[in-house]
Amino acid sequence: MPNIRVIPRLDIKGPNLVKGIHLEGLRVLGKPWDFAYKYYQDGADELIYIDAVASLYGRNNLLDIVRKTAAEIFVPLTVGGGVRSLEDIRQLLRAGADKVAINTAAIHHPELIRESAREFGSQCIVVSIQAKRIEKDYLAFTDNARENSGKDVYDWTKKVVELGAGEILLTSIDREGTGQGYDLELIQKVAEAVPVPVIAHGGCGKPEHLKEVIQKGKADAICAASVFHYHYLEHEIDPSQYSDEGNIEFMRKRRGSLTFMTDRIVPMGIKDIKKILLESGIECRDDGVS
Amino acid sequence: MKAQPNATIIDYGRGNLFSIERAVRHAGGKAEITDDPARIASADRLILPGVGAFGEGISKLKEKGIDEAIYQFVQTARPFFGICLGMQLIFNESHEFGLHQGLGLIKGKVIRFQDPRKEGPHFKIPHIEWSKIEFPESIKASNIADSSPWQGTILQGLNSGSYFYFVHSFICVPDDIESALAESTYGEDRFCSVVHKDNIWGCQFHPERSGSNGFSIYQNFLFNL
Repeated sequence: MPNIRVIPRLDIKGPNLVKGIHLEGLRVLGKPWDFAYKYYQDGADELIYIDAVASLYGRNNLLDIVRKTAAEIFVPLTVGGGVRSLEDIRQLLRAGADKVAINTAAIHHPELIRESAREFGSQCIVVSIQAKRIEKDYLAFTDNARENSGKDVYDWTKKVVELGAGEILLTSIDREGTGQGYDLELIQKVAEAVPVPVIAHGGCGKPEHLKEVIQKGKADAICAASVFHYHYLEHEIDPSQYSDEGNIEFMRKRRGSLTFMTDRIVPMGIKDIKKILLESGIECRDDGVS
Repeated sequence: MKAQPNATIIDYGRGNLFSIERAVRHAGGKAEITDDPARIASADRLILPGVGAFGEGISKLKEKGIDEAIYQFVQTARPFFGICLGMQLIFNESHEFGLHQGLGLIKGKVIRFQDPRKEGPHFKIPHIEWSKIEFPESIKASNIADSSPWQGTILQGLNSGSYFYFVHSFICVPDDIESALAESTYGEDRFCSVVHKDNIWGCQFHPERSGSNGFSIYQNFLFNL
């Protein structure tokens, strides 16, 4: 077995870290930088930033957050959301991203994958695939799960690898933010079909989900958001500093309409997750954790 | 306070120079990015970064006359450090998409991983992973007991088993077994992950993306070689 990478995903809207369910209904959790730095210190193997609204409104204001992150965080950083052109990619790499994640633009203009892989190398082109189950099939969606491209996820994945994608970030829209567990059928089928690493995303809520997505789902890396963010909010936040953020207190006390969800999601830090993996005989980096 | 050492980073259009620049600064050095052969030849310390294909990398170096500047630089006995593709380029030849001649600063070749998927679909290429670097198998345990074989090298202060971030599909095979300063394992391949000969150092992984372990390497490169 390879060493499994543990990758927190931070969805960003404007200057804030947000989290939703099924990639929608976004709530503000705090400043992405604070979360990212803690994850880095705790031993996150990489970080993923996704601008949650960039595809919708045609803007890309991640650059400042990327610059600040890259100055202090020395693990690979993947940035996505609204990446449309070689120039977008160049700007993100220059700001400090190591890889870019492309979804919507790749669907509309698949040659962008080939062009960007040729220009910057496959190792920095991550194709993000948002899969939603429609009857028996998984179809690829764009614009943060809003638009159905009509493309079959397996065919599309093989196509993007042919075009030069270096990695696949595979999100189950149905599971995202629910804590119900990764979509093992989806992930296994894709991970076994392609020769490049597949990062599993969407649904992580409990320790057993991690084991099964690696052992049964054959994921090469695990990506999660809520478990890490909730853990951070429970352990790191001084609520007095966040009085105007609104949602923090609500999240900390696990009240309100999200109760159904937080019951399903066990807050876990990076260190907790690595411990669980190692105890399950799954290899992962366990040094460099300060 | 010590004087800030300078590191010159070669810009030949391949790879993320900025993360290396930031890492050099964070480790306490000054960084200069340049494609000017004169400045490369007269650098205090030289870093050859790089990602992507070998053939394109070497032709970019030659196009700009950087290869000759590197040859001049290494004659000065000042420290040279190749990272990822920058390590591969200092070998004699590569078998990536045909046969290409490298800079030849270290004797050996660059080959593709053997089929690492024998054990199932889990070992994929490229090798994108945090992997351990270890003392080479050729070093006898009795020698390690006395002092670390990495003492006085670019790996000084690190333990065998330290993790680093790798992204590559090809591996370096030095002719001289003693050039391998560290080895790593992926699938069924045991390969040279850090190479050393005289003032020339190279690593297959990305120290600038490898957290505090990576800083040890930059600090050694800046202050201890």
